[in-house]
Amino acid sequence: MRQWRIIAKEAMARASIIGKFLCLLHVTDAYILSSNHVLGPSMLPTLNITGDVVLVEHLSHRLGKLGSGDLVLVRSPLDPKKTLTKRIVAMEGDKVTFSLDPTRSHSSRSLVVPKGHVWIQGDNAYVSCDSRHFGPLPYGLIEGKAFMRVWPPSSFGLLGE
Amino acid sequence: MGTPRVLWSITKKCFTVGVITLTVSDLFASIVPVRGASMSPTFNPKTNSLLDSLSDDRVLVEKLCLRNYKFSHGDVIVFSSPNNHKEKHVKRIVGLPGDWVGTIYDVVHIPEGHCWVEGDNTASSLDSRSFGPVPLGLVKGRVTHVLWPPHRVGTVDRKTSQNRVSSSSSASKF
Repeated sequence: MRQWRIIAKEAMARASIIGKFLCLLHVTDAYILSSNHVLGPSMLPTLNITGDVVLVEHLSHRLGKLGSGDLVLVRSPLDPKKTLTKRIVAMEGDKVTFSLDPTRSHSSRSLVVPKGHVWIQGDNAYVSCDSRHFGPLPYGLIEGKAFMRVWPPSSFGLLGE
Repeated sequence: MGTPRVLWSITKKCFTVGVITLTVSDLFASIVPVRGASMSPTFNPKTNSLLDSLSDDRVLVEKLCLRNYKFSHGDVIVFSSPNNHKEKHVKRIVGLPGDWVGTIYDVVHIPEGHCWVEGDNTASSLDSRSFGPVPLGLVKGRVTHVLWPPHRVGTVDRKTSQNRVSSSSSASKF
């Protein structure tokens, strides 16, 4: 009988260490730094079409330190289960000029980004589905800022303008 | 008596408890106070009883619904305001993606990935009638129970208004 109690105690101790580690992992992943696999053609030539692994920090958007030119991961307003990677082109209050169809350069529109929203666009304007299609993005949908690429090793380095 | 060691072990314990609480409140459920009367009489009904006027209602918000974002008409949700991401609102879902919702002036189509929310107290509620459909990505949880004050403890029921919403799904889930 005592054998089982000793085993149970040790199992509980091990399980609690694993549980605490998983909680720490979640907090780090959600609030500090995480790595994400991003793919798709909408951010060419900055990000590869076949997929890159980028490091995303989750502090800047909580502290309000995002600005235009930042690469951000956002929850899609069209499908909450999908995450998009785009670049912030304009912050709230800025005037943004864009053309819905880059192949026809003479059709362009302008608007002012409303309060609490940002304007995001993919670097590859021809195939990106972004604010030009679904409008200004509420700031609350931003999940983090991608600042560094770690895979593939040939393009290891900071992601800049 | 090693005071630095005692302090260090207390700090470690606080840090561990903090991390565990944060994880549980992010992934499972949390308890939040509800301010304002926009969801009266479901939350914060302004009756004359002493307990009601002393403090705000506390409700249980479950986060398991955020795994696949499946909501039903009449769910009460907590979401970040589209105009100010630091504010959170508590309202009821009246329309889901694809529905047509009737307001005073016209009929609005809810686009994919959005929902239409309204407060139960239609007279004093800032909701989708002012800021439009809310992206589902802004939803932070679903309210399931009232936990305070004690005489109103219980589950929060779904309430739907069939006469104002034309739903694309043939039958609303209850």
